Amino acid sequence: MLRFVVRRLLQVVPTLLLLSVLVFAWLRSLPGGPASAFLGDRATPERVAELNRVLGLDQPVWVQYLRFLGRAFTGDLGNSQITGEPVLSEIGRALPATVELSVAALLIAVTLGIPLGYLSARHRGRPLDVATVIGTLVGVAVPVFFLGYLLKAVFAVELGLFPPSGRQSVGIDATNVTGFAVLDGLLTRELDASWDALTHLVLPAVALATIPLAVIVRITRASVLDVLGSDFVRTANAKGLAPSTVRGRHVLRNALLPVSTTIGLQTGLLLAGAVLTEKVFVWGGIGTLLAQGIEQRDYPRLQALLLLGALVYVLVNLLVDLSYAIIDPRVRLS
Amino acid sequence: MTTTWTQRRKARIDDLAAGRSLGSEAWRRLRRDPVAISGAVLVGLFVIVAVLAPMLAPHPAAQSFPELQQDLRPGSIPGPRTGFPLGSDQLGRDFLSRMILAAQQTLLVGVLATLIGLAAGIVIGAVAGAFGGWADTVLMRVTDVLLSVPSLLLAVSIAALAARPSQTTVIIAVSIVSVPIFARLLRGSMLAQRESDHVVAATALGVRRRAVVLRHMLPNAIGPVIVQATLTLATSILDAAALSFLGLGDADPARAEWGLMLAQAQAYLDVRPALAVYPAVAIIAVALGFTLLGESLREALDPKGRR
Repeated sequence: MLRFVVRRLLQVVPTLLLLSVLVFAWLRSLPGGPASAFLGDRATPERVAELNRVLGLDQPVWVQYLRFLGRAFTGDLGNSQITGEPVLSEIGRALPATVELSVAALLIAVTLGIPLGYLSARHRGRPLDVATVIGTLVGVAVPVFFLGYLLKAVFAVELGLFPPSGRQSVGIDATNVTGFAVLDGLLTRELDASWDALTHLVLPAVALATIPLAVIVRITRASVLDVLGSDFVRTANAKGLAPSTVRGRHVLRNALLPVSTTIGLQTGLLLAGAVLTEKVFVWGGIGTLLAQGIEQRDYPRLQALLLLGALVYVLVNLLVDLSYAIIDPRVRLS
Repeated sequence: MTTTWTQRRKARIDDLAAGRSLGSEAWRRLRRDPVAISGAVLVGLFVIVAVLAPMLAPHPAAQSFPELQQDLRPGSIPGPRTGFPLGSDQLGRDFLSRMILAAQQTLLVGVLATLIGLAAGIVIGAVAGAFGGWADTVLMRVTDVLLSVPSLLLAVSIAALAARPSQTTVIIAVSIVSVPIFARLLRGSMLAQRESDHVVAATALGVRRRAVVLRHMLPNAIGPVIVQATLTLATSILDAAALSFLGLGDADPARAEWGLMLAQAQAYLDVRPALAVYPAVAIIAVALGFTLLGESLREALDPKGRR
């Protein structure tokens, strides 16, 4: 097991190195070169030359790359052009909002997706299954941001069941402990603040959850169908095991292997979906930072978010692989 | 509906005995599959409207009408009236014409983005899968890294490189995202081909390597890639819409494209929701059509015919 972990960890290194090369190349191909891109409207030839010297852009390319790598390692990814603040501290402040939203979305997707996929497979070809399959196909075809606006228009504006945007109501006196609004309220016993944050969370989380939900349902369904047709399930049934034992021990356990991979992949992708959802619900997390960064062409911020997004994705996949090895002994032996 | 393995196997042997190939068998299955038919109908309608758009649309996409413009107010956009069945858009242009003409632009973005991604992916995947060795290692490492960036984030960073976003930058950004997927898929099925009997036989007979790759391996390995391309048509259109929503879409205000119209309509949701709903429904229908077609194609081509 340890050997597998070490080997898998070592595999991440070249991926990250290559990623750094790509991001470096991305920086170099910014319109007008990094200096004028970073200066934006304030770019004059003198300033560009000055910044080129300060940034070391007059040095050979490989020196520049090593410097870039060194700075990235020490967590220096430059300052945002919009706020002038170090990008990393901006990201640190926005991160809890996005994590909260993503966790909520993932919870919805997993707790609904696995049972729905399982039931759909068990009742294959029946109305429930057909409806579920159609639902999953439509689910991935709806643009996330449109769904967000639709939910907002119906449940917030028309029915008034949920607040239309933001994370907290104006005038709620909430103590900030961890940055996770729902959790903070529980920690400080301000249950009204927690409840308020939760009502704000529902609509964006549902919008963000649709695609992972659809994907998890489909993978669970396919995987359960696969296992249901396998020899060991037939044997288990034939030797007279209780149907509930077969379902739980034999079918579900084996069927959930591919599902766990999918959940990992979808977790990595939530960040991208969060960008669109956050813009619709004015959420104020990483996605809002990114959307703003695009509008104002804030390249240092975009660069940091690009690195962060890839890093999260790579790490999540690493965790998935490791957990896979724990669940399935065949993986670590091969 | 559930058939046993033995039944399927018998059917397959009957097919072989009747001289039916996997391709014609797949076609036979597709014609009976209600999912495939509904996908084909949606896609067919879309393509017909897109191709005939200039003839179908009553007015040019960019033409503003004074009679519509005079009723444009902050908080009010003219609805349907005689001569303008779907009413006006936010600039006093005929909304129906723009919806129809947008089909063409949307098809263009989806098809071009998919074709570019497909072409690049096929070259990379074929080289990696056919030759193996260091070429394979290098190419697959690069595609792995590209795959390790969430696709929308990748598209956003590529599109943000353009000083001024245009239709071309959208197409390029969306197409690059699909390259690693195509490349990996093709490499996988090329690798499987490399070990197969007919390729070994062709090599042993002294067929030149180029011919082995192009004539014997590629045609047999391309199936999954074609299926993926059908699905990519749907995601390309959705990705392009997302880029527009984030402000990285075509900056040309005269251009009619569903993703762009949907993104622009967000500002007028309270005033006239139809401006967002029509393009959104069109996008959903088209994406659904391509997805249905791709999924049923995948099932039909699966020799095991499982699901």
